[in-house]
Amino acid sequence: MREQIEGSQAVARTVAACRPQVVCAYPISPQTHIVETLSRLVMSQQLGGCEYLNVDSEFAAMSAAIGASAAGARTYTATASQGLLYMVEAVYNASGLGLPIVMTVANRAIGAPINIWNDHSDAMSQRDSGWIQMYAEDNQHAVDLHVMAYRLAEEVSLPVMVCMDGFILTHAVEEVDLPEQTQVDAFLPPFEPRQILDPDDPVSIGAMVGPEAFLEVRYLAHQRQMQALETIPRIAAEFAAATGRQRDGLVTPYRLEDADVAVVALGSVLGTLKDAVDALRVRGVNAGVLGITSFRPFPLAAVRAALGSVGRIVVLEKTLAVGIGGVLSSNIRTAMADTGTPTTTVIAGLGGRPILQASLEQMIVDAHRGRSADLSFLDLNTGLVERELARTRASRRSGPAAENMLRDAMADAVPESGARG
Amino acid sequence: MTERLRFYQTGSFAVRNRLLPVVDASVQSDPGRANAITSGHRACQGCGEALGARYALDAAMRASGGRMVAVNATGCLEVFSTPYPETSWQIPWMHSLFGNAAAVASGVAAALRVTGRDDVRVVAQAGDGGTVDIGLGPLSGMFERNDDVLFICYDNEAYMNTGVQRSGATPPAARTMTTPAVGPHPGAPFGQGKDLPRIAMAHEIPYVATATVADLRDLEDKVTTAMSIRGARYLHVLVPCPLGWGSASRDTVRVARLATESGLFPVFEAHDGEVTSVTPIRRRVPVEDYLRIQKRYAHLFGEPPATGVIAHIQATADRNIRRYRIEEAPV
Repeated sequence: MREQIEGSQAVARTVAACRPQVVCAYPISPQTHIVETLSRLVMSQQLGGCEYLNVDSEFAAMSAAIGASAAGARTYTATASQGLLYMVEAVYNASGLGLPIVMTVANRAIGAPINIWNDHSDAMSQRDSGWIQMYAEDNQHAVDLHVMAYRLAEEVSLPVMVCMDGFILTHAVEEVDLPEQTQVDAFLPPFEPRQILDPDDPVSIGAMVGPEAFLEVRYLAHQRQMQALETIPRIAAEFAAATGRQRDGLVTPYRLEDADVAVVALGSVLGTLKDAVDALRVRGVNAGVLGITSFRPFPLAAVRAALGSVGRIVVLEKTLAVGIGGVLSSNIRTAMADTGTPTTTVIAGLGGRPILQASLEQMIVDAHRGRSADLSFLDLNTGLVERELARTRASRRSGPAAENMLRDAMADAVPESGARG
Repeated sequence: MTERLRFYQTGSFAVRNRLLPVVDASVQSDPGRANAITSGHRACQGCGEALGARYALDAAMRASGGRMVAVNATGCLEVFSTPYPETSWQIPWMHSLFGNAAAVASGVAAALRVTGRDDVRVVAQAGDGGTVDIGLGPLSGMFERNDDVLFICYDNEAYMNTGVQRSGATPPAARTMTTPAVGPHPGAPFGQGKDLPRIAMAHEIPYVATATVADLRDLEDKVTTAMSIRGARYLHVLVPCPLGWGSASRDTVRVARLATESGLFPVFEAHDGEVTSVTPIRRRVPVEDYLRIQKRYAHLFGEPPATGVIAHIQATADRNIRRYRIEEAPV
């Protein structure tokens, strides 16, 4: 059913259509509208057969999800940013135990400085947690990924994180085709746990494993993600058959066939990138885009196939691996190691900084001309940085950097003649 | 699932006081008891936690008709019972993390309820670290939501699994590896520590009780009472640790008894936040009798003895006796 609907509500209603049996919720912006909507659906009994737990922290949310999943219930939670970091110990535990929990991450920056706006620092910090990670390009994609996530999680017995850009997607109202209950029921069979806490067949879950088998247990976790590389396209094809919406599953190429330059990215920035590519092609710059949907498992072969013929690669990242630069770009370089294709990293959109189409076009033109630095920061205000560096040179007690730079930025924003009366 | 074990002498692993009516016999004296945690685990000799857990879980198994799931925090009990690939648990059992046993148990209870299996009961277990320190947030959350979980704390008053470090349940003056018996104020400081049973009572949950391994029938009774109630329940069991306390392995029950008879560990029950019964002290002893047999207090009995510190500990015991009205029982 097509509706003008907020992303969070679309996701909540889609999750409800997946018939979760236990929802564990702790509020954090910008995830709140999702769990609010789900609580309304449960309390009004529109979503029956579901327990909604208002827990005391994100750590408790993931822990309760672990218990519920191990006891045989289809389980859901959602978080973002600091909340994801607060639950990290349990995030690793859920994947280590092979529990098919689905979690939405409404991607948001990590402090300090505290910042509620979008980037990918939160989910990227969990790239090695053993969870499958899928990134949504728009709200329709987010909706579709949640339905596929349950199917995938339960098929391979691994938890799945569906990442959608905070505010940019969670709070955006756009037209979304919500899957019908009958479509979801036909696509998603009832949860059949691989392991369950059951007095009729008692098992011990979570025993201590020493050096004699730990490597093998971890190896198997990797193998299951490798297996998911094959499962994801199949599930996407079945989803397309069920709903009529074509999804590639692993990666989404755009105008790459004859591209000289390819930009690789995750999430909602793909829309702006495609607009930039369309505009540049009119001006004779042959550019293309590769969207990564499945970041974990990372589809090395699909990336290689999609980027095989391009001359230059720009990896646009909404996260910064302090001390080296990119996260996604390291993975792209691994995929392209044998090709020698020049690859550069651009950090953009941190903490909700708008990523402007004009800036992207300039970035692509620079790459096309071979003028990109290995690592650059889109629209970096170097003046702000230099003033702070000057302060730290001038005085030992230069004060908190973030506050200093914010003060400068606010002062810059006021027109010089504009002393306010 | 019941595993029968036998004493050579009696043909059973269970010994019952034959003078007692059968209805008063302990769960452990029943040869058909569940053996929820069976022999072969790797607890130290004289481990109070292994003893307490066996009595508590077998009683819970009897009360639930064997329909039970246990969730375990990281700690000695978890480590000594499940060295991969062996397990001592005859019941469905899960270990997730150190600080989340209460939350995992809440999730299990929710799943059982929603899938129509709420005849299956949930027991969560943790040591004092997993209860009063790192696990307190999720435990408090489980309490305030009144989730249908019995949480049992096996309190041995320090982080024993990691090698005897101070916890929020370590008593004043006790020597641990992080409160060593050195300096002008040796051992754990006075004026610190948490009284978890009273914190649990402040949540006004249906049932809170304390027990020790010195009175195992009382422990069984309290588990049975707890299992007859729905909602959040808390049982705090004092379990001496020979290794950490520096007491003789054979003295585990004796040390626990002296803890109660000195008044240092009050044994009581509370319903809905109000104390409803206390176990009177049968023969009151000075705290010195309790302290002297534990090496963790050895620094109090040097030359000269730390009489001021001992008096301070005695004052704590005296206050407990006043607060819970556990004076010596009338003859």
